[in-house]
Amino acid sequence: MASGRTTTGASERGEGFLALPLMLFYLLFFIAPLLLLFAVSLHADKDMAAWGLAQYAKALSDGFGLGVLFDTLRLGVETTLLCLLLGFPLAWLHRNAGPRWQGVIILVTVLPLLTSVIVRTFAWIVILGRQGIVNTLLLELGLTETPLRLLYTHGGLVIALAQVQLPLMVLPLIDALQKLDPNLESASAALGAGRWRSFFRIVLPLSLPGIIAGSVLTFSAAVTAFITQSLVGGGQQLYMPMYIYQQALTLQNWPFAATISVIFMVAVLFCIALFNLLGRYTRRYSAM
Amino acid sequence: MPDMAVQDSDTSPAFQKAGQSLTLDAITHRFGSATAVDDVTLDIRAGELVSLLGPSGCGKTTLLRIVAGFINQTMGRVIVGGTPIDDLPPNRRSVGIVFQNYALFPHLTVADNIAYGLAARGTDRAAQRVRVEEMLALVQMQLFADRYPRQLSGGQQQRIALARALAVQPRILLLDEPFAALDKNLRLDMQIEIKRIQKMSGITAVMVTHDQEEALSMSDRIAVLSQGRLEQFGTPSQIYDRPETLFVNTFVGTSNLLPGHLESSDATSCAVRLDDGLRLVLPRPAEKMAAGTAVVVSVRPDNLAFVEDGEGLAGKVELGMPLGTTIVHEIVTASGRALKVSSARSAGAQPFTSGTPVRVAPVSLDAVQIFPAPKQ
Repeated sequence: MASGRTTTGASERGEGFLALPLMLFYLLFFIAPLLLLFAVSLHADKDMAAWGLAQYAKALSDGFGLGVLFDTLRLGVETTLLCLLLGFPLAWLHRNAGPRWQGVIILVTVLPLLTSVIVRTFAWIVILGRQGIVNTLLLELGLTETPLRLLYTHGGLVIALAQVQLPLMVLPLIDALQKLDPNLESASAALGAGRWRSFFRIVLPLSLPGIIAGSVLTFSAAVTAFITQSLVGGGQQLYMPMYIYQQALTLQNWPFAATISVIFMVAVLFCIALFNLLGRYTRRYSAM
Repeated sequence: MPDMAVQDSDTSPAFQKAGQSLTLDAITHRFGSATAVDDVTLDIRAGELVSLLGPSGCGKTTLLRIVAGFINQTMGRVIVGGTPIDDLPPNRRSVGIVFQNYALFPHLTVADNIAYGLAARGTDRAAQRVRVEEMLALVQMQLFADRYPRQLSGGQQQRIALARALAVQPRILLLDEPFAALDKNLRLDMQIEIKRIQKMSGITAVMVTHDQEEALSMSDRIAVLSQGRLEQFGTPSQIYDRPETLFVNTFVGTSNLLPGHLESSDATSCAVRLDDGLRLVLPRPAEKMAAGTAVVVSVRPDNLAFVEDGEGLAGKVELGMPLGTTIVHEIVTASGRALKVSSARSAGAQPFTSGTPVRVAPVSLDAVQIFPAPKQ
C-alpha cells in the first residue's frame, strides 16, 4: 500500500523518468532475451526450421526431465528449510545479543558473501570428501568403519548450499525480528503463556514477512546455483541448470534447452507464488 | 472458571471482588554497578491503587518489571497475598500488565487478543467467548471484537489492553505509564475509566507515572521515588500537604522555596528567619534540626496572599496572569528572588500591573514546610 502511494506521488511530480534508464536496461537485457528464449522454445525441430509446440510435448512427457525438475525443486525446498532451521536461531541470538555481539554475528553472517562461491564450494569438497575432515573425524572417533559417501550426494549438496545461501535467509530474519516489539513477548508471558506458546503464537507469525523474504531468496538461489550444484553434486547428481547447459551447449539442442528453461522458470515462479500466499496472512493486519 | 453468566448484573459481572495484598520487602536491584532500586519496602493493601511516582530513572519502571517477573531483583522479596512469588516465572505469577504502548498482538483481532490469556490457561472455547463478551462490555467496546489493533485509536487500544489483562483475573494489575501516549482530552476520560474499572473489579493496582497530577487524582496512595530510593509513601493529601522531603515537596505541586535559618525549636513550635528578612513562627517543632541549621522553607503559591504595609515580604510585581478562576502573580523580592502567588479571581478582577510594590505573607503557617537545606 505504502509503495503504491509513493509511486503515485512520484509520477505526479513527474519524477517517473528517473526510472527510465533502469527500465531501458531491463527491457534490453532481461525482457528481450526472455522473449527470444520463448521464441526459440516454440520451434518444432532442432534446426529451428519449423514452428510448433513439439518441444513442450516432448519435455512434459519426458519422465527423466520431469524427474530432474522435481529433484531440483526438492533441492530448493530442502535447502530453504535447512537455512530456516539454522538461520532462525542465529537471527534470534542476534536480537537478544548486546551491540558488540550483534556486530560479530552480522560479520560472521555476511563473511561468506565476501568470498567467491567457487572458493566456498571447494572448501566443502575438502570437508565432505572421502579423506575430508568429517570422515577423518568419524573414523578417528570410531563412529564408522568405512568412510561415508558425503560428497556427490543430494544430502551433501543440501548442506553445502545451505551454508552458501545462509546469509540470504539470516539477513531478512534479523530485520524482521528487530522490528518485533519486546513488550509483545512480555505481554504474552504475563498473560500466562510459556516460552513455546509465545514463540509459536506471537514471534513466529509476526516474523513471517522475514521468513517469506528469506525463503524466496534462498529458494531461488539454491535451485539456480549452477556452480555449487555441479561441483558438490558432481556427475551423478543432475539438476535443471546443468541439464539445460548440457542440452544447449553439449547437444546443441537450443529449442529443447529453451523449452525446459521456460518450464523451469514457470515452476520456480509457481513455488515463489506459493511462498507469497503465506504473506497474504500478514497483509490482513499490517496493511492500513 | 466459575460460571459468569448467572451472576447479578448490578454488581460487577466480570469479577469476584478478590484483590490481593502486595508487599515489596526491601527490594534492591543493581544493573552492573548502578543501583536502580535501593532498599524499597512497600505494603500495598488489597484493592488499593498505588502510584509509583518519580522522574525518569528513579527506578519506578524497574520496580514494576520486578513485580511482573521480567527482571529478577538483586535482593528482597515480592509477596502477593502472603506468598512470596520470587521463584515464579512471569507466566505463572498471575500479574496482569498494561504497557505504555499497549503491546496488543497486531496479528490477532480484538477478541483474540482478549482471549489470548484464557487460551494459554486452557479455558475451553465456549467459556472464552463468554468471558471476551464480558470484558468487551466492561470496557464498552462490544462493536470492535473483529477489528485489528491497527484499526483502533489510542484510547480504544488502551481499553483492549486493559480488557486483555483483566480477562484472566490476575491477582495484581500493573499499569506502565498508561496515559503517556494519549492526548490530553482523552487522558482524563481514560483516567476516570480505569479508576472505575479498578474499583469495580476490586483488583490491587500499581501504576507507574511521572505525572504528579495523574498520581494525585487517581491513587489511593502514592510512593514517591527518587534515584531508586523511596522518598515518601502516603495518601495524595499527605504527599501534597505534608511532604516529608524537599524532593517530594518540589516534585509534587509548585512551591516557592525560600532559604533561611532555624532560630529556635521547642515541643510545639519553631521559628525561622528567612534570608529575605521575614520571621515565621510555625505551630510545630522542627524535627531532627538544631537551632542555627540552614533550612529551606516551602510555601505553595496558593498559600501566599497580599498583605498590608509593614507585614510580610516586600517585593514588586513582575508579571500578572489571569488563569480563569485564579490569578497568578510573579513577585520579585528585594534580594531578587522570584515568588509565585496564586489567588482566587473574582469576576472582572484585573491583575496588578508590573512594577506595583506589594507585600506577601503565608496564609496558613501550618501549611508551610521546612526542610534542611540541601548540602552543596
